[in-house]
Amino acid sequence: MNISVLLNMVPDLVEELEIDASGTALDTQWMRFLLSESDEHALEQALLLKDRHGARVTVLALEPGDAEEALFSSLAKGADEAVKITGVSPGLSKRVVAMAFKEALQATPSDLILTGVYAIDDLDGHAAGLLAGMLDLPFVGVTRSVEPVNGRVVVQKEYPGGFAAEVEVGLPAVIGVLSAPQPPRYVPVARIRETRKTRTLTERPVSVAESLPGLTIRRLFKPEPAERAEMLTGTLGDVAGQIVTILADRGLVR
Amino acid sequence: MVTGDLHRAASGDAHAGLFFGAPQDWRREFNPCIQCGMCGGACPLGPAMDYTPRRAIYMAKEGLLDPVIRSNTLWLCVSCYNCTARCPTNLKITDILFPALRDAAINAGIQLPGEFKRALDNTYRYGNSLGEGPRKRMEWTKGAGVPVPVISQLRRPVEVLWLVECYPSYHPRNQVQAQAMARILHAAGVDFAILGPEERCVGDCERLSGEKGLFESLVEYNAALLDKYEYQEIITSDPHAYNSLHRVYPTMDRRYPVKHYVEFLAERLDALRPLLRHRIDARVTYHDNCCLGRMCGMYEAPRDLLRAIPGITLTEMAFARENALCCGGGGGGMWLDTVIWQAAGDRLSDRRITHALATGAEILAVSCPFETSRFEDSLKSSGHEGKLIVRDILELLDESMRGRGGAAA
Repeated sequence: MNISVLLNMVPDLVEELEIDASGTALDTQWMRFLLSESDEHALEQALLLKDRHGARVTVLALEPGDAEEALFSSLAKGADEAVKITGVSPGLSKRVVAMAFKEALQATPSDLILTGVYAIDDLDGHAAGLLAGMLDLPFVGVTRSVEPVNGRVVVQKEYPGGFAAEVEVGLPAVIGVLSAPQPPRYVPVARIRETRKTRTLTERPVSVAESLPGLTIRRLFKPEPAERAEMLTGTLGDVAGQIVTILADRGLVR
Repeated sequence: MVTGDLHRAASGDAHAGLFFGAPQDWRREFNPCIQCGMCGGACPLGPAMDYTPRRAIYMAKEGLLDPVIRSNTLWLCVSCYNCTARCPTNLKITDILFPALRDAAINAGIQLPGEFKRALDNTYRYGNSLGEGPRKRMEWTKGAGVPVPVISQLRRPVEVLWLVECYPSYHPRNQVQAQAMARILHAAGVDFAILGPEERCVGDCERLSGEKGLFESLVEYNAALLDKYEYQEIITSDPHAYNSLHRVYPTMDRRYPVKHYVEFLAERLDALRPLLRHRIDARVTYHDNCCLGRMCGMYEAPRDLLRAIPGITLTEMAFARENALCCGGGGGGMWLDTVIWQAAGDRLSDRRITHALATGAEILAVSCPFETSRFEDSLKSSGHEGKLIVRDILELLDESMRGRGGAAA
């Protein structure tokens, strides 16, 4: 089985995020990036499938956002090939990200495409679902395990409220992973360092039209603290009277 | 009775081979083991281990490594050096056996305890196990009340380069100690500077955790950083950093003139004594941490500092100096509390506070950043909150210099 894992780098919240002078984007001067948490689980899911059933695992990441560390770490963990997708700009909409992955995947035939179901910088949808739509492939999201059965995969999918479903999906398919059956494995630093010395990344340029229909950010701002809440006390009648007074004071009712 | 000659001079030769190699190499180190069982008997967590160090050594030598690295044994070592100190054949059980077992487990892909894994990931990514950003490393200086110069900004040699280390930089309880240290150095007229955002963990707990590559990368980074600046000596607030710089870095041809703050300040006691103007009328008992105590034989300096504070009466615990019980935080123990508590039913800090309470002391004095929060947590969780105050020696010196109202609470 050929498995492709799509990795997304997202802002690392360990440092305070700052907004740049344009007021519509994050200031990247001090910003660090890290691999999106659910993508880490997608990689773990792929490596578990490889360990248990045999598979060729290719990881792909867009160049912006310090992707090299994540790609070399993936190789150190057991991925067979790591592809750095070049020719794309930072700060892309998820629609453009999905298009870039779609183009890059043309050179990597895949039975199964795994990626995180969400990323903290999702703005105009999630890349996993968008990509499945663009590729016209089946999609299952919010999964917690994937197992091959008779040339298809059986996926455990979570629903809110503690419900889960077992879904059988034909291949090829795109799976939006929430979590792998076990925590992402630890890779010794020595192995990462060795991998950096002995392995190379495959560079794959893509040309994605950034004029795709999308959103325009008019203003980016930090959460504005609300005024301190005022608790109203007394009987129901008293509270109702106070509410009417407050609304009247603010000119909201007459 | 301690048999191992642990605290010899800080030469690389005296401590050669403190870093483990491949399994076939480190196993040979244990050929002289006479299987006496002193290690397992001396280990405060030995009764909870699936295999005591003695059994682990025997099995490793016989090629039965797999069951050992899949047992709880390797996660129950907190690097207290009790086994090493008592081994009649001077085997490096703490420095080599346990890190090598953990290294083997990591390389075998065994699932690591969650907090332990997160701490290693954090150290690799951010240079500190707490997972804090490098830009926040100096935030503690805002509360110091005195200038805390950064060596890269001074652009001149300094007398003393102070390695603040990770917990005093980031942990809210330990930041108070860093602030006290800054005020003491300032009051004593010491020409000092810190590394600021460039500083990264020295890596002692990472080494003892068996993350060889991580430790080596930290050594490379720190050596390049320390070689970049001019200073006469290094002081550190952390006994683990001192342990590594004093004993282990030299074995990797990285030699630095390093002192722990207790040693540095005790040498300047004549100058400090007139500054200790306010009495602290209290019975104080001192907890010997493992790195300064059993590993480096530094028993008098912390006690000299405490005795210099007017009003303090020093009282000893039944288990003191080389017999002191570990707080349980070393060698990765800070990140293994859940595993240890599940296996042993308690943490070593829970046991240690009973020793301190038995002395009738009002204050438990410490000189390691791990210990303040560990002992305070144990006092709370055991229902003894309010019966004993935990203070770093730095906090007591600072209080004596500035008076109770002036010192940090």
